[in-house]
Amino acid sequence: MPPSELPPDDQLAGLLLAGDEAAFAQVVDAWSPGMVRLARVYVSTEDSAAEVVQEAWLAVVRGIATFAGRSSLRTWVYRIVANTAQRRGGREARSVPASSLGAGDGGGDAQGPTVDPARFAPPGHPHAGHWQRPPSPWPEQALLAAEVRAQVAAAVAGLPARQRVVITLRDVHGYDSDEVCSILEISAANQRVLLHRARAAVRSCLERYLADGEEAS
Amino acid sequence: MTESLNDPVDHLACTELVELVTAFLEGDLDPATERRVVDHISLCDGCELYVDQVRQTTDVLAGLSGGAPLSPADRDRLLAAFRDSSA
Ligand SMILES: [Zn+2]
Repeated sequence: MPPSELPPDDQLAGLLLAGDEAAFAQVVDAWSPGMVRLARVYVSTEDSAAEVVQEAWLAVVRGIATFAGRSSLRTWVYRIVANTAQRRGGREARSVPASSLGAGDGGGDAQGPTVDPARFAPPGHPHAGHWQRPPSPWPEQALLAAEVRAQVAAAVAGLPARQRVVITLRDVHGYDSDEVCSILEISAANQRVLLHRARAAVRSCLERYLADGEEAS
Repeated sequence: MTESLNDPVDHLACTELVELVTAFLEGDLDPATERRVVDHISLCDGCELYVDQVRQTTDVLAGLSGGAPLSPADRDRLLAAFRDSSA
């Protein structure tokens, strides 16, 4: 069920507060798949992610009266998912340290250029700083293939945690930057740096994959 | 630093442009930098393609949405919990 069919936020919160079960079933169906995907960013198995979502929904049910409307309802719910998943992730091997998402704008995963410097003419060269090996166009059809989606999903899974969660929320779920800052409680600048690095890394994986495909055929 | 007559425009290098792509696509650049980016892209095939590929990448990412729905048992348990809480 597409989220567009949901009633507007203030109305929805009112319906949930009033105990409207049909409205609750509607948001559960609309948001749960995205919540599972978000939870999966922090925890190592699908089962774990499903449990996180269950736990988060129960927290929503218990806490709906405390929803103050300062953020959108969806943002509020997603923040509960992120916090719940982060706590659980902390107990698992694939943990995202609780401090890492909100920590400063730097961090080990936010240094250096996002494109291999060898792709550009070196300093001292007449065209220093310009492409020496520019990108090659991608075959449009290839981008529609299921294997390409699988490659991109694998590239996202391989990203540092903070980049993974930001690109998942922004580009996979289609949240805007304000919502993502709100869900993760990070600054706009931090959000943008993480998104930038994540997109550059995924583009580069896709480029490698599509270039290998050409050589192979 | 003053600009010489031979170098009236402060050109961006491609190495700089590739680091501005996200801010550019987000509409977060100040108007002067945004113009330099647009000017650069209009003259540089490599960067035009790079920006385009970042957009194509986000299109593929958007196609990953979906995710698994809840199991019927989990769904039923939630609806029951909701019913109890508002009873
Ligand atoms: Zn360029």
